[in-house]
Amino acid sequence: MTEAVLRIEKLRKSFGALKATDDVTLDLKPGEIHALIGPNGAGKSTLIAQISGGLSPDSGHIYLGQENVTGLSIAARAKRGLGRCFQISSLAMPLSVRRNVMMASQAVTGTSFSFWKQTDRDLEQLEATEKVLARVGLLPRADVPVAELSHGERRQVEVACALALKPKVLLLDEPMAGMGAGGSERLTGFLEELKQEVPILLVEHDMDAVFRLADRISVLVYGQIIAQGSADMIRRDPVVREAYLGTEE
Amino acid sequence: MRKLSRESWINSVLVLLLALAPLCASLLDEPYYVSLASRVVIIAMAAVGLNLALGFGGLISFGHAAFFGLGGYVAGVAAYHAFDGSYFIGGIPGSDQMPVIWLVAVLVAGLAAAFIGVISLRTQGVYFIMITLAFAQMIYYFAISFPTYGGEDGLSIYVRNSLFSLDTSDPLIFFGICFFSLMLSIFFTRRLMGSRFGAALTMARLNEVRLATSGVEPFPIRLTAFVLSAMITSGAGALFADLNGFVSPSMLSWHHSGELMVIVILGGVGRLFGPVAGAVVFVLLETFIGGFTQHWQFFLGLILLSVVLFANGGLIGLLAGRSRHD
Repeated sequence: MTEAVLRIEKLRKSFGALKATDDVTLDLKPGEIHALIGPNGAGKSTLIAQISGGLSPDSGHIYLGQENVTGLSIAARAKRGLGRCFQISSLAMPLSVRRNVMMASQAVTGTSFSFWKQTDRDLEQLEATEKVLARVGLLPRADVPVAELSHGERRQVEVACALALKPKVLLLDEPMAGMGAGGSERLTGFLEELKQEVPILLVEHDMDAVFRLADRISVLVYGQIIAQGSADMIRRDPVVREAYLGTEE
Repeated sequence: MRKLSRESWINSVLVLLLALAPLCASLLDEPYYVSLASRVVIIAMAAVGLNLALGFGGLISFGHAAFFGLGGYVAGVAAYHAFDGSYFIGGIPGSDQMPVIWLVAVLVAGLAAAFIGVISLRTQGVYFIMITLAFAQMIYYFAISFPTYGGEDGLSIYVRNSLFSLDTSDPLIFFGICFFSLMLSIFFTRRLMGSRFGAALTMARLNEVRLATSGVEPFPIRLTAFVLSAMITSGAGALFADLNGFVSPSMLSWHHSGELMVIVILGGVGRLFGPVAGAVVFVLLETFIGGFTQHWQFFLGLILLSVVLFANGGLIGLLAGRSRHD
């Protein structure tokens, strides 16, 4: 069996009496897209926050590759290769697309404690940024402030920022949310291609995209994983149909 | 050559006027106005320091008078011991050499800022404002209760400290020293904000989560900015003590912290030359309207109010338009 790049073991998190994450165990293997689905309030966001480092779990462990990263900060995990896209775009609005993406490549290409050399002359950083921008198709918009971009374009900037980190794992929280049919179609194609390079843990509401993209699916309901398996298995699982998918058919 | 932006033009005119005014005053044999220009320049430099934290880093420090005053006291105490040949705690001799004083001032303020920052930067918003204020007040009362160095009455510097072989008692030469320091601090801020560190600091201000998600810890970035900011302000404090030939606890008082904030906001928060514009307006109002009425701050309030309400980018923003991030 191949080594998992991201492994979550027996994670628990409660808010008072509410078990937001209840004994969650899952992993992500190279070359795959593992989708996390579940109804609203199932605890997806809480789980994502614990994986990225924004929340610390009550118990359980999170491994990035071989390393236990459970106690590390958001920045430390990002630096170790955990790329993340937010459900609601979290970018610096007044800054250009290029500046936003450059921030991410800065951590990878060296220290942020450089006080003299000017970033607009830093060829290594500029090139790394251009490459990522070209890849997500944002190069023509590179110098536009993020505030002036469309919603779909901002999602692309988020993806570009995550890629600029040269991540080992991508954590995408509803990347299709609010995108038009065309945009979501294009992103689906892009992620399909990308997964060979970086495995992706995908939280998504768009079931068409999930069933098309995901190699494996975990279904989260009330903080618990009620089913885990291939797309076909999940589609046929009677428990899942009752808890979640049933409403759609 | 790149075409100069409107803001660069305004900045250049501002600097040129600031440099020419004392020259004219000197030619007209009006040393008072030369000293007044030095005062503008020194206060501008203190505000340049605050602007790094407040404007570029979004750290609303209400305690920068602490660093301004520490710089002043280093100059005062060093000169005091140099004057009567006595020793500071631990047998450290005094000094009347500006480079030594500046170095010590910057180090002392840097250490103080590191200590204050480690504690206060764990909080944000109102709490950060209050903690920085609390520390500044602690240093203020410490200075008041220290009789060796004058306590409440302050400490006189009888002979202006010296720099190499320059005649620092000549107002014009002293102005030159101050002006050079101001330009240096602005140049330093400019380099800093163009560097990787500046990019991270900007991101810490605009979106802390994005900075962390990009793999950079926000806390050390902010702490470093706070320390550097305090160092610049303390350098200005050392010059201020030399200008007046006097330091007193009032340099450390929260009024000064407030004034520096007013100057930064008046000139333009996060604009490179904003503090210069702010300091010019502030000191001129204080001197000329203050000559007519002691209620000159009423007019300052009116101006500040209109700048805040109608010109988001302060005076520089009013003249040059919105700032642009490339």
